[in-house]
Amino acid sequence: MSRASNIYQLGIKELWSLWRDPIMLVLIIYTFSVAIYIAATAIPDSLHKAAIAIVDEDGSPLSGRIISAFYPPHFMAPVLVSLKEVDPGMDAGKFTFALDIPPEFQRDVLAGGIPTIQLNVDATRMSQAFIGSSYIEQIVLSEVNEFVQRYRGSAVPPVELSMRVRFNPSLTPVWFGSLMELVSNLTMLSVILTGAALIREREHGTIEHLLVMPVTPGEIMLAKVWSMGLVTLIASIFSLSFIVQGLLQVPIEGSLVLFFFSAALHLFATTSLGISMAMLARTMPQFGLLVVLILLPMDVLSGGTTPRESMPEIAQYIMLLAPTTHFVSIAQAVLFRGAGFEVVWPQMLALLLIGSSLFVLSRHRFRKIISTLA
Amino acid sequence: MMSALTENHFVARLKQVSLSYGKTLALKEIDLDIPAGCMVGLIGPDGVGKSSLMSLVAGARAIQKGRIEVLGGDMASVSHRTGTCPNIAYMPQGLGKNLYPTLSIEENLQFFGRLFGHGVAERRRRIDELTVSTGLHLFLDRPVGKLSGGMKQKLGMCCALIHDPELLILDEPTTGVDPLARNQFWDLISHIRNQRPDMSVIVSTAYMGEAERFDWLVVMDAGRILATGTPCDLYQQTGAGSLEAAFIALLPEEQRRGYHAVVVSPFSTSEEQEIAIEAHDLSMHFGDFVAVDHVNFSIRRGEIFGFIGSNGCGKSTTMKMLTGLLPASGGKAWLFGHEVNSHDIASRRRVGYMSQSFSLYSELTVRQNLVLHARLFNMYEVEIPPRVEEMLLRFGLDKVPDAMPGSLPLGIRQRLSLAVAMVHKPELLILDEPTSGVDPIARENFWQLMVDLARKDKITIFISTHFMNEAERCDRISLMHAGKVMVSDEPSELLKKCGAGTLEQVFIEYMKKAGMAAILPVVPFSPPAIRSVASGTGWASGLRRRFSMSRAFSYTLREWLELRRDRVRGAMALIGCLILMFVIGYGINMDVNDLSYAVLDRDQTILSHDYSLNLSGSGYFTERPPLTSYTELDQRMRSGELSLAIEILPGFARDVQRGKPIQIAAWIDGSMTMRAEVIQGYVQGMHQGWLKNITKDHFGQDVTAGLAKIETRFRYNPDVMSMPSIVPAVIPILMLMIPCMLTALSVVREKELGSMINFYVTPVTRAEFLLGKQLPYIILAMLNFLLMLVLAVTIFGVPMTGSFTALMLAALIFSIFSTGFGLFASIFTRSQIAAIFATMLGTMLPAIEFSGLLNPVSTLEGAGKIIGEVYPASHFLVISRGVFAKALGMHDLGAFFWPMLLAALGIVVLSILLLKKQDS
Repeated sequence: MSRASNIYQLGIKELWSLWRDPIMLVLIIYTFSVAIYIAATAIPDSLHKAAIAIVDEDGSPLSGRIISAFYPPHFMAPVLVSLKEVDPGMDAGKFTFALDIPPEFQRDVLAGGIPTIQLNVDATRMSQAFIGSSYIEQIVLSEVNEFVQRYRGSAVPPVELSMRVRFNPSLTPVWFGSLMELVSNLTMLSVILTGAALIREREHGTIEHLLVMPVTPGEIMLAKVWSMGLVTLIASIFSLSFIVQGLLQVPIEGSLVLFFFSAALHLFATTSLGISMAMLARTMPQFGLLVVLILLPMDVLSGGTTPRESMPEIAQYIMLLAPTTHFVSIAQAVLFRGAGFEVVWPQMLALLLIGSSLFVLSRHRFRKIISTLA
Repeated sequence: MMSALTENHFVARLKQVSLSYGKTLALKEIDLDIPAGCMVGLIGPDGVGKSSLMSLVAGARAIQKGRIEVLGGDMASVSHRTGTCPNIAYMPQGLGKNLYPTLSIEENLQFFGRLFGHGVAERRRRIDELTVSTGLHLFLDRPVGKLSGGMKQKLGMCCALIHDPELLILDEPTTGVDPLARNQFWDLISHIRNQRPDMSVIVSTAYMGEAERFDWLVVMDAGRILATGTPCDLYQQTGAGSLEAAFIALLPEEQRRGYHAVVVSPFSTSEEQEIAIEAHDLSMHFGDFVAVDHVNFSIRRGEIFGFIGSNGCGKSTTMKMLTGLLPASGGKAWLFGHEVNSHDIASRRRVGYMSQSFSLYSELTVRQNLVLHARLFNMYEVEIPPRVEEMLLRFGLDKVPDAMPGSLPLGIRQRLSLAVAMVHKPELLILDEPTSGVDPIARENFWQLMVDLARKDKITIFISTHFMNEAERCDRISLMHAGKVMVSDEPSELLKKCGAGTLEQVFIEYMKKAGMAAILPVVPFSPPAIRSVASGTGWASGLRRRFSMSRAFSYTLREWLELRRDRVRGAMALIGCLILMFVIGYGINMDVNDLSYAVLDRDQTILSHDYSLNLSGSGYFTERPPLTSYTELDQRMRSGELSLAIEILPGFARDVQRGKPIQIAAWIDGSMTMRAEVIQGYVQGMHQGWLKNITKDHFGQDVTAGLAKIETRFRYNPDVMSMPSIVPAVIPILMLMIPCMLTALSVVREKELGSMINFYVTPVTRAEFLLGKQLPYIILAMLNFLLMLVLAVTIFGVPMTGSFTALMLAALIFSIFSTGFGLFASIFTRSQIAAIFATMLGTMLPAIEFSGLLNPVSTLEGAGKIIGEVYPASHFLVISRGVFAKALGMHDLGAFFWPMLLAALGIVVLSILLLKKQDS
């Protein structure tokens, strides 16, 4: 009874502290509104308005047909350049693709000479390079095919591949982007709020004062977990309803209750992580560095930025220890694929385990750390 | 005496000066002329505006209303302030608040010396003179954080005196300092004044005994001035015999009523035999240092037991052991017969503890602090409001229940701490210097309260103090020195034993016996009198306007020292970068493969098997057990197990043979957009390949050659490997985040911990301050850059094909930007938490999403595109990739340098312009 009351009281105190830091409040609001909006709307489709240049050395109807086959949104209207302009243009990164249609192209095609079109790709722009080159290849070949088909028939069997994209039929990147940004901001905020609040109490000597009162380290920690978790949870509910669903018009397929329940579990894990980090760092600058060192890889490798499957196996295994990995997969499953509890329970269990072990570990070190620094 | 003074003889003149913090008015239309060349004391209760007045005169705080002239000029004018700044020394309230705890005494003094532009030899001479005369010379290498309160105050004074000020402003310099050190402190001041009679000193103090030494006094109350004059004048005016009495007589009737002399009824030994606290051979070691050495005492219930000793003698440590905060290294202690144990929650309820430093929540109001603590001690909810009201009233906090503790003066904060320690009606109070900085009336009231508690309610009080008149009121006192209890007895017995007249003499006697006087000799002070005054003024008029390298460098050096002291921070900043580079370089991989798929084959012919084999043979896909139904397809895709499902309809083989049009359905998981697009491309390509094979095998027609060929050349990164693309792009991100955060924290930290005041009151300009702080972090960023470069070329094996000079120059400009961005973030944030958060927000998102790491900036949309185009990380990224992969140099990349340079300079200049030189 008294324990619950202590946890409640200390948590309320945390909320007051936050309330009295107006800049922090502004930052939180920004994080869950403007930042998400900007991030979501900025991400292009993987092949979106790709810059392409074409050197038309043929000048035939066929080459004209090919040129007119490139148009937005996948490509920008092609820039017609001379052969000499290709290299400097690519060096400066003006265009990612350069297609060189050789002289006498149409004549050779019709004569069955199998002429070669050269495609230059700036491979440093990986996200476009791969997909773009295969797109271009298909576009060019199908244009040539159609052109030729008017002259002779084909024996290729009419097997059509019908591709249906599920869960996000038009592959709108906003859907994915907004959600992953939300997850990333939620994680960042909860870790920083909890950890830094603890360091501040230590730097100002208030934690010492708490420890002479009938309050246990576990209660102090739980108070931080629930209060900071609640703030972030409310902010994310607001963000999901008003920004993601409202402003960005992302349809949510699955159960929001399940999602927010998992979010609460995730927040338990991240706030515990924040506390553990505060146990490691002795000063605020050290904590700041730890935040970069831990949050950045967590953000990049959780599967929210690039697919997990393509990461090295060892990285995949290590990242299983990070709460974000599990939460990203829950978020994708629940919100997009409409998955239910029976699908995501292993990830939820993982979150609970990660959170509890971090919590227990920190609780164990708490008094020792505080007293050595007192 | 005063009438003889002409206008020139006023060091400061205030006309109609008012100051308010929010709604509270701290100063009300003050008119005051402070005479020059003498020692002026400001006395008055806590929170009457003494500190506000001093900070206004020092120029640390911006003037809100009225006119203040200091040293013959208007303090509202920037040019006068910059001109007079070097002639004013200001030591703010609080033990060593403006000092840097991780730096040694020597380094702190060097820092201040450089700020005031002294040369190397001059600094050495001054530091030696000052430290020898204050007894700090032996401890030059000791970090300030490890000094005792008295030593900190002395060092604070040395720092203030290092530039021969014409006006020395000391805000409660002796609060919390033991009597011996206090004596030495004032001796030091008089020596200095003897040497430099033209120097004016303005000082505030809570010790009335000290105020008798001053030439001229200003008595303040409630933001107004009650009286001015020499101590003699005040005696005459009030007819009082002591300053303490005179002060009380000057107070308005209403306040005086609360005051009456404390009467301590004797503690009757026979009555109570129960032991409240017992310590047996209690010891505490920190490494080699013995803080508490076999201390023994026992305190009976209802006794007032005093702990007297010099600063740093182990009083606080002993108290902390009794509360269970510090586990004792040796010996045992009992509270009410229970051995002290940090896990014993029940006995904590019986104890109230007040630590030496203010340790309440500055984000909660006075009332909220009290209520919170009452609740944490599990008081009944109904009892709390009346108890809180009672405490507010008792401790004179009833006028400020909704104020933030941070905005209250030290004395009132102390009272709040005390109220908090007592709110749950403990049986035992452990109070560590509870009355430091508390004004006489409040102190008397407080003691009355203590006496009542001890005598009527039988509450045991264990108190440490520096006020000897308080020690006299204790039932018994212990004199402590260097971790040992030297003597324990009743005050009257001690007086008898030593044959001394006052306890102060007893104390000093014992300290001398213990050899304290030998350690802290008071050597007559011989300041660099006239010579340096001349040099000081000459320098002051000439150089101050321009940017001074030495002042900026002073901050640089300080920052660098702190970085070096904090090994963990330095190591993390350097190695962290490399770790991150590894993680991200190996972790991010744009080559999507190992995609899981399954087939719903409803045809089950050789041809349909052939189709699925075609997929699994590609290497991009991993086949999972086949699907049997739509429900299964749906379920397995929902769970995320399958990224792709292929459905082959019945009659597939037959229809292909007949040349009848037929469809193959591919279901792709679209929840991760990028992956879905890659899958689309793969499946499409695989399908085309399969068609060609089928046409060849089944119809004998070779269409593999096609009509035209496309020869794709992946340039710059021929294998389309991710590494050469990712690694050069990681460098900008890491060079952005870490230096930015460290720079931001270095400024906000000074704000939060109080040393920002040095910037307000020294001649450092805004540019010098910010650029000086920025430089070490630029160096750090460049070190990071070089390390990452080596790592990229060696371990990652990414060849650098272009110009090293170009990359190096770009890195330099970029590090100016990233640290400048940190400075910019620090202008707007006051707390370190907000600074960390702001820099993470301002760097992580733009760097990862908008700088072209994954998607080229040209393809971004909306605000993200604008950010990407303006944000220098994207330009540096182009340069980095250009130099690494495209063999480019300065000439080719010139266009990307200019916007980066513009942004870097822009953000630094903007930060300088936005920084405020005075506290608002």
